[in-house]
Amino acid sequence: MKTRKALDPDKRSERVSWALVTPLTLVLGFFLLAPIATIVTVSFWGYNEWSFYPDFTFDNYLFHLTSAVTWATYLKTLKFVVLTWVFCAVIGFTVAYFLAFHVQSLPVQIALFLVCTIPFWTSNIIRMISWIPFLGRNGLANSALISLGVTDEPLEWLLYSDFAVVLAFVHLYALFMVVPIFNTMMRIDKSLVEAARDAGATGFQILMNVIIPLTKPGIMIGSIFVVTLVMGDVITVRHMSGGQSASVGRIISNEISLLQYPAAAASSVVLLVTVLLMIGIMMRFVNIRKEL
Amino acid sequence: MEPRSRSFYGLAAFFALFVLFLYGPVITIGILSFQGPQGGLTFPMNGVSLHWFRDLFEQQAVGDIWGSFRRSFALGLMVMVVTVVFSVMGGMAFRRRFRGSSALFYLIIASLIIPSILVSLGVGLIFNILDLDVHWATSGFGAQLTWTLPFGLLIMFAVFNRFDKSYEEAARDLGASPWQTVRHVVLPIIAPMLIGVALFGFTLSYDEFARTLLTAGSYNTLPLEIFGMTTNVTSPVLYALGTLTTLFSFVIIGSFLTIVALLRRAQAKRGSDAGQGLV
Repeated sequence: MKTRKALDPDKRSERVSWALVTPLTLVLGFFLLAPIATIVTVSFWGYNEWSFYPDFTFDNYLFHLTSAVTWATYLKTLKFVVLTWVFCAVIGFTVAYFLAFHVQSLPVQIALFLVCTIPFWTSNIIRMISWIPFLGRNGLANSALISLGVTDEPLEWLLYSDFAVVLAFVHLYALFMVVPIFNTMMRIDKSLVEAARDAGATGFQILMNVIIPLTKPGIMIGSIFVVTLVMGDVITVRHMSGGQSASVGRIISNEISLLQYPAAAASSVVLLVTVLLMIGIMMRFVNIRKEL
Repeated sequence: MEPRSRSFYGLAAFFALFVLFLYGPVITIGILSFQGPQGGLTFPMNGVSLHWFRDLFEQQAVGDIWGSFRRSFALGLMVMVVTVVFSVMGGMAFRRRFRGSSALFYLIIASLIIPSILVSLGVGLIFNILDLDVHWATSGFGAQLTWTLPFGLLIMFAVFNRFDKSYEEAARDLGASPWQTVRHVVLPIIAPMLIGVALFGFTLSYDEFARTLLTAGSYNTLPLEIFGMTTNVTSPVLYALGTLTTLFSFVIIGSFLTIVALLRRAQAKRGSDAGQGLV
């Protein structure tokens, strides 16, 4: 028989929980929180050609925020974000809608869903490079267009242009829309759709008044992914625009390659704040914890 | 079953186009990697050969591909194991509310949405200030975990949200200790999902670029090596490498998915046997 008073079970289970999350908290603490704190600190430091040193100056921010290049780049990046988002949302919704509501057998649904997700597990860089033989001057797209008689001369704007950048983004990130939207759609009670049909709604009305409102959380989660991935992009814009377009991520990586770490840190903080503001706005529409 | 409407065929065509859009370019470079020795980066094919694949196996031709492949493979395995273990632990902890749980939840989400280049820069800066050398197995490893752990954890949260607690209660009623319950009841039930987490852990690490950019040090991982090649290699050898690593990814994905299918089947079998009282 126990004489010692047992530990309150609630307290005990809380301790178990804490022990279980300790490893991941340490990882995120050291490799996420500490790095962000370091970036914020270093963004106030000074630098010269060969090193950077502790200081407290707003010069890095002043330089970054008053540069016309910064504003032009943000505008351009925002344009990429909006275009990519629109295409990803339309494609993602349509694909998910087909999978969730028009494919009726579960094994087929799973198989087709996997077909959509497999590219996500392969290399982004390779997927990006693969557009080159397709879009180039003598590429497949141009030869097809010429043989169809759509154009006489090869189109120059297919590769190394804004078009190519958006195309690559949509290609890389459409999956991030398909998956969460499909996930929410699969949880929509099919009897709601039947009820709407019995009540005389047309297919289009069902789509607008039942399915889209219920799918909003999935659309929002997908949008958060797409927006942050495009905002933080480092290589796609550079590669697909042939170096002609700038992106915020590229400003940062240029400063890094010039070893201007405090400048890169200040640019990073501005990017982080921008991204968090955009997410903050989108999060108002969805409770992520409920969606899992 | 309802008859298929006209919109079904429209949507099916859209879906087919989407799949073509997803896979078309990769298939294109797959074909072009068999370009003849005189062939260039685009069509037409100038003969068919294995020339560019042979080139890959000659060390001096381009960078240290095989070294970077070995590093990426090792790093992928490290990240995979840690992601699975930490995600399961975290997933179990989050089944109950505890003080600090929502702060930690938002930290996990933040890890997913903070631009990768910031993690790369921040980790690089810390190592620089502390006068430590960045290395793929230390700083690179940690930086990649900030990308794979959130995926693993979100999968585990979803798994445990759908987990039927009565199995655990039954185990407890039969006198199992908490550890025995986890070991013999919970883990076997969630095993197929753990393979999924492992798949995410390995592939996301194997293909990671931005978070490794400033944290890998002097020895490149494969994506960094490939990216270096894109700026200075102008022969189809690049496509040959692309085709090989994509095939490698497909093999990895295929084997993980096969394991999941086999586990599922084994579970179903055991389930039905138990139902017949055979045990």
